Amino acid sequence: MINFILKRLLQSTVVMLFVALISFFLFNFVGDPISNMVGQETSTEDMEQLRENLGLNDPFLVQFARFVGNAVQGDFGISYRLQRPVEELVAERMPATLELVFVSALIAIGLGVAGGLFTGLRKNHWLARLTLTSSLIGVSLPTFIIGILLIYIFAVQLNWLPSFGRGEVVQITDGWSTGLLTGSGWRAIILPAITLALYQTTLILRIIRSEMLEVMRTDFIKFAKARGLKSRDINYGHALKNTLIPVITVTGLQIGSLIAFSIITETVFQWPGMGNLFIQAVQFADVPVMSAYLVLVALFFVVINLIVDLLYFVVDPRLRADLVH
Amino acid sequence: MTKAGLIKFRNDFLDHDITYSFLHSPATIIAALVTLVMFVMAFGAPLFTSYTPFDPGSLNLMDAFIPPAWEDGGTALHVMGTDGQGRDIFAAILYGTQVSLTVGLLSVLLSIGIGIPLGIIAGYSGGWVDTVIMRIADIQLTIPPILIALMIDGITRTSISRDLHEVVAIPVLVASIGIASWPQYARITRSGTLVERNKDYIAAAKLIRTPVPLILLRHILPNVIGPTLIVATIGVAVAIIIEATLSFLGVGVPPTTPSLGTLIRIGNSFLFSGEWWITFFPALTLVILVLSVNLIGDWLRDTFNPKLR
Repeated sequence: MINFILKRLLQSTVVMLFVALISFFLFNFVGDPISNMVGQETSTEDMEQLRENLGLNDPFLVQFARFVGNAVQGDFGISYRLQRPVEELVAERMPATLELVFVSALIAIGLGVAGGLFTGLRKNHWLARLTLTSSLIGVSLPTFIIGILLIYIFAVQLNWLPSFGRGEVVQITDGWSTGLLTGSGWRAIILPAITLALYQTTLILRIIRSEMLEVMRTDFIKFAKARGLKSRDINYGHALKNTLIPVITVTGLQIGSLIAFSIITETVFQWPGMGNLFIQAVQFADVPVMSAYLVLVALFFVVINLIVDLLYFVVDPRLRADLVH
Repeated sequence: MTKAGLIKFRNDFLDHDITYSFLHSPATIIAALVTLVMFVMAFGAPLFTSYTPFDPGSLNLMDAFIPPAWEDGGTALHVMGTDGQGRDIFAAILYGTQVSLTVGLLSVLLSIGIGIPLGIIAGYSGGWVDTVIMRIADIQLTIPPILIALMIDGITRTSISRDLHEVVAIPVLVASIGIASWPQYARITRSGTLVERNKDYIAAAKLIRTPVPLILLRHILPNVIGPTLIVATIGVAVAIIIEATLSFLGVGVPPTTPSLGTLIRIGNSFLFSGEWWITFFPALTLVILVLSVNLIGDWLRDTFNPKLR
């Protein structure tokens, strides 16, 4: 097991270094960082001096090592657009995005697992058929259209829920503010969270359904039925447990996607999170923010994949048994 | 062809499994018709509307915010109404669909253009070539294509000037969506190649010293391309969604050549003041287009390759 973890960690490090390299190229070779920092009337000598001071004349590997060193400490430079340290900007926006992703993940996993079990176990029930058909339409609707639709119905027409922002936030610690402790915060998160969760819900629902259908046909389930076990024990104790591997894989990857898709949802609902920050950075060619976001999202993906790999050992005794030998 | 020959051809065509399956799937027939109509109307836009919505000279601000024809204040001149600049929505949708379809189709062509050769090479050569190509594909598959497209588009945007970007925006968009989605095609092609390369006809081709490029191109390619093309149909729908999303976020096509996503973005800001039609009709068009292409793709997959389900 230690071996496996080490191998995975090594792989993750390679991926992160690769992303850091792209990010570094972006940072240093896209446009001239010096001309982005100084005013129009700076003399050429001063610019050369600044270049030397910043170490931009050092060999490539030295510069890259310095970049990685700074990135590890969370230092990505100053935002061109907002003239503030990037790590400050990101830290301010991170709670909003993580909260949104957390609530969406709960919705997606809750509804997805429940719906998948129902449609898998009672596949001929009319409600199951209806759920499946509507899930197909859900896949065809782009996220931003779902968002616009929800805003139009619940914010413009019915006026029940706010259409933008986070509502009232409470400062828990210095770096963390939450909207989940106030009524207006909860009201504000409902629409964006549903928008973000919908696509993921349908994916989880479909994978659980097809896995359940597959497992229910196997011999050990037939045998369990022949033994006269309660159907609840069969469904949840035997069948569901055996669908967990693909479900964990898909769910894990989907939570990664939630962070990526939050860019769209945050733009539609003007949610003050990292995705919103990133889109503005792209529009204004704010390279330090872009490269920081790139590295951060890659880190999220790598960590999630690592956790998914480790979860396999928890749910699959066969893997653990293999490792002993 | 003789008359009898023609009749035989017609009967063969009607008796064919694929024709049968198509004629017995009403949803697919409708989807195919809808796609065809949209295609013709988008690329023959000047035949269906006399407006030139993206020529600023032809716009009249007096015509702004006219609601659809059946609402109070609507006119038959603007069936779907006009937007804030007096642009005819119907005409804008025709031209917008043209941009969306072009970007969607070209970017899928690019993804297959990258994915198929890499898949065949990986599958045929095996060893470290295979490992390297498929490892890259695996890593890329874990990141959603839309994020990769956003990154590539963003990087290009920052590295070239704004004026130059207007000119190359659409090729850049096609490239970013195309590069973002090649791994799935490489995977399918590779698994097909792994099966084909051990067959006798390949051994025979090797025996008579057919050069490897020729084996790949003439013998393997025709036998593995089918499933890839079927998946590519659904890929077109995905590419259209990605393009629309990027344009909606304001980082896709430039405002001078709006796609459906741009139109929805423009209309979105008028939603609160009650001008729902500016965003509704482009959004509806996008959803119908994507749904139709998806339905055709599903049908193709189920008919030609039930294994892929």
